[in-house]
Amino acid sequence: MHMVDVAVIGCGVTGAAVACALARRDVSVLVLEAENDVAMRTTKANSGILHAGYDPEPGTRMAKWNVRGAQLAKELCEALDVPRTETGSLVLAFTDGEVRHLEQLLERGRENGVPGLRILTAEETAAMEPHLSPVKAALYAPTAAVVSPWEYALAMAENAVENGAEVRLSCPVTGAEPVDGGWLLHTPQGDVAARFVVNAAGVHAGEVHEMVAPKSFETIPCRGEYYLLDKSEGTRVHSVIFQCPNELGKGVLVAPTAHGNLIVGPNAEDVDSTANTAAGLAFVAEMARKSVPDVDLRQNIRNFAGVRANTDQKDFVFGFAAPGFVDLAGMKSPGLTAAPAAAEDTVALLMSAGLGAPEKENCVRTRRRVRFRELSNEERAALVTKQPAYGRVVCRCETVTEGEILDACRSPIPPCSIDGVKRRAGSGMGRCQGGFCSPRVLEILSRECGIDPLDIT
Amino acid sequence: MREELYDVVVIGGGPAGLAAALAARENGAQSVLILERDTEPGGILNQCIHNGFGLHWFKEELTGPEYAGRFIAQLAGGGIDVALDTMALSLDAATHTVCAVSRKDGMRAVRGKAVVLAMGCRERTRGAIGIPGARCAGIFTAGTAQRYVNVEGYMVGRRVLILGSGDIGLIMARRMTLEGAKVLACVEVMPYSGGLARNIAQCLNDFGIPLYLSHTIIDIEGDGRVERAVVAKVDEHRRPIPGTEMTFECDTILLSVGLIPENELTRGAGIELDARTNGAAVYENMETAAPGVFACGNVLHVHDLVDYVTAESRRAGAAAAAYARSERARGGAISLACGDGVSYTVPQRVRVESVEKGVDVFFRVRRVFDGDLRVTARCGGEVLASFRREHLAPGEMERVTLPRVLLDKARGTVTISVEEASV
Repeated sequence: MHMVDVAVIGCGVTGAAVACALARRDVSVLVLEAENDVAMRTTKANSGILHAGYDPEPGTRMAKWNVRGAQLAKELCEALDVPRTETGSLVLAFTDGEVRHLEQLLERGRENGVPGLRILTAEETAAMEPHLSPVKAALYAPTAAVVSPWEYALAMAENAVENGAEVRLSCPVTGAEPVDGGWLLHTPQGDVAARFVVNAAGVHAGEVHEMVAPKSFETIPCRGEYYLLDKSEGTRVHSVIFQCPNELGKGVLVAPTAHGNLIVGPNAEDVDSTANTAAGLAFVAEMARKSVPDVDLRQNIRNFAGVRANTDQKDFVFGFAAPGFVDLAGMKSPGLTAAPAAAEDTVALLMSAGLGAPEKENCVRTRRRVRFRELSNEERAALVTKQPAYGRVVCRCETVTEGEILDACRSPIPPCSIDGVKRRAGSGMGRCQGGFCSPRVLEILSRECGIDPLDIT
Repeated sequence: MREELYDVVVIGGGPAGLAAALAARENGAQSVLILERDTEPGGILNQCIHNGFGLHWFKEELTGPEYAGRFIAQLAGGGIDVALDTMALSLDAATHTVCAVSRKDGMRAVRGKAVVLAMGCRERTRGAIGIPGARCAGIFTAGTAQRYVNVEGYMVGRRVLILGSGDIGLIMARRMTLEGAKVLACVEVMPYSGGLARNIAQCLNDFGIPLYLSHTIIDIEGDGRVERAVVAKVDEHRRPIPGTEMTFECDTILLSVGLIPENELTRGAGIELDARTNGAAVYENMETAAPGVFACGNVLHVHDLVDYVTAESRRAGAAAAAYARSERARGGAISLACGDGVSYTVPQRVRVESVEKGVDVFFRVRRVFDGDLRVTARCGGEVLASFRREHLAPGEMERVTLPRVLLDKARGTVTISVEEASV
């Protein structure tokens, strides 16, 4: 049986980052994803924040990966054309006790090497963000940014494929056994042999770990619920607005998204479900109004919920579960930010264990996407003259053209659902939530990718 | 980029745009351009294959495509260009320039001596009303489902629950039943229906589909696809009442929870909108606050009958043609205000000097009224006009005509109210 050098289990942002880093080296990489697309679980449903790095305890893996990951994200998003906006962030203090907490965060941030942190007075805060409730003070982190989390993961996964990796979708790993020189992974699509395995299975990483080793950490899936508001609310605040963190996590935030909407959430509840609840949403609304009293939740275009891959461990879980079998698990917040730094260390760990992986001489390091909406009228005119498909607007709310949907269908990891097209091209992201464009996207996807319309969800 | 000049540019080729374009030509516009984003004119009427259209305008019962067809047939005859599969991207209200794009013609900048906005409306979605529960497949807005069933030929589900009693939801209750689905119920959070009385009778009652007023969906369950929905009665503050839950085993939920005028271009152009209608604020001739830019149909306010859209859009088209030949409306404007029981009026302002015989005022009421009712137009307490009604409901658009002779007496804001005779 052919043996790949590295099998990566899971293609969320962590798995995608690992695959992206590995594929730029001279090794064979196979990514096994249980869902029918990349970024389908925690990665697609979170706040989309690239945290500055003042939260984690200094000296921890979390602190290191957060700060390093935020730097790498900047380079990666630029190179791979991923929507990212450096908004900065504010942590609000409403009481004297919370002001003392800000000072601790400032201290921690400086130890972690976060650039530009400072505490703003009440007046400075109000000048920067006029829609906030009156505060005592706020911690300003200029390097915090927002990113489109699924596009970030997709871009890294696509880049991995461009550089020779294979991504196998709808391919959950159901068992693993050691074989001579590596591991045999069982999947419904057949067995896979690999010299090394990286377990980046997110909420399911504990189960994968226990296929090869005794239980060493407990996964505690933790749901967070959100509102996503129309772009008309997208400038209510300009930076990521946090409240002081507490035992429930970083608290409810209000932030612009990389696409120009306003995101509000999350709460924190230890359940493994992506359903929304009336109580959860009511809590989020109440907490959000504490920060931004006039946030207009009537402009909501979508509620959603995501599940954090929390564990009983304080830090990320990283290391060999068994020889040649690396856990990269418990990637709770700031896991999205940490991903590329985690990938760097994972590659280093695999190399220390004997994965000979010289850097490729020629590899693809960039990706460019056509975003019709963002072009000037002159650029649009030139583009449509050359390629008329960019002249047909399919998604009216977000001005996404047929050309962009065709690009998505012909991308290195083609979509197989209307939502898959949405994540790649942005169609259906707007205020009508696909009411107009879904039937048209369905038709193009069915034709381009040869899928029966009745099999498309 | 191509640059062109027309007398009148109409954005949207649905019933509003078609009527406006034809009226513009009849009233002397030499060159009219309709920009339509779909591949054929007719707008939403093309998917409304049921009958009931045209009772007022044509005194006949037509289907949606037939109603649209009557207007489309008149497009021939010169003077009206129709650009299909063409999306208007932006409007400059000062220069009346519309930027549009299509596969065929690429990017073009089209200037109209006058512009008519007729972009229609879109449906409110699950997000807009925040229904909790699983985010599974099988939840459609009624209009999207209508397109899948009537145009694309796909059956969207077998066991259907309808949330909201807007007209499209009611129409789809009947359509899904006729196509072989089981429609379990229609659930409406308000104590009255949001749709036309005739649709309640013909689409629910005739098929034995129960209508639960003052009820809403409080949870949706399903793994991948909708499996069931939990419905509860609500109190007067629309809060679910514990203990009243009912479970419906369904695979599909259709939402008919309101329509929103699609005013992205209007907003982008900086044209004043009315928060009550979500459409532009207009004068008696459908002119917006931007001179020479007119609005009509569902982009202006959500109509219940297309016949009224036709009438309103003809006024807009005729006024646009007049503007194109440099005729300007005259005189200072008085405002129309919403009094008791009235949620909005269209128009919002009247330039009395420009009114010939009278001005049609469309409005909706806030709740159901029955009995000996008067719709009054008052100015400073004095009744200018009073109209008798026996029944008024939010689901039905109302109209009164204020004669010029009475408007001449107005010295300031005129307030439209519903007054109930004291018992």
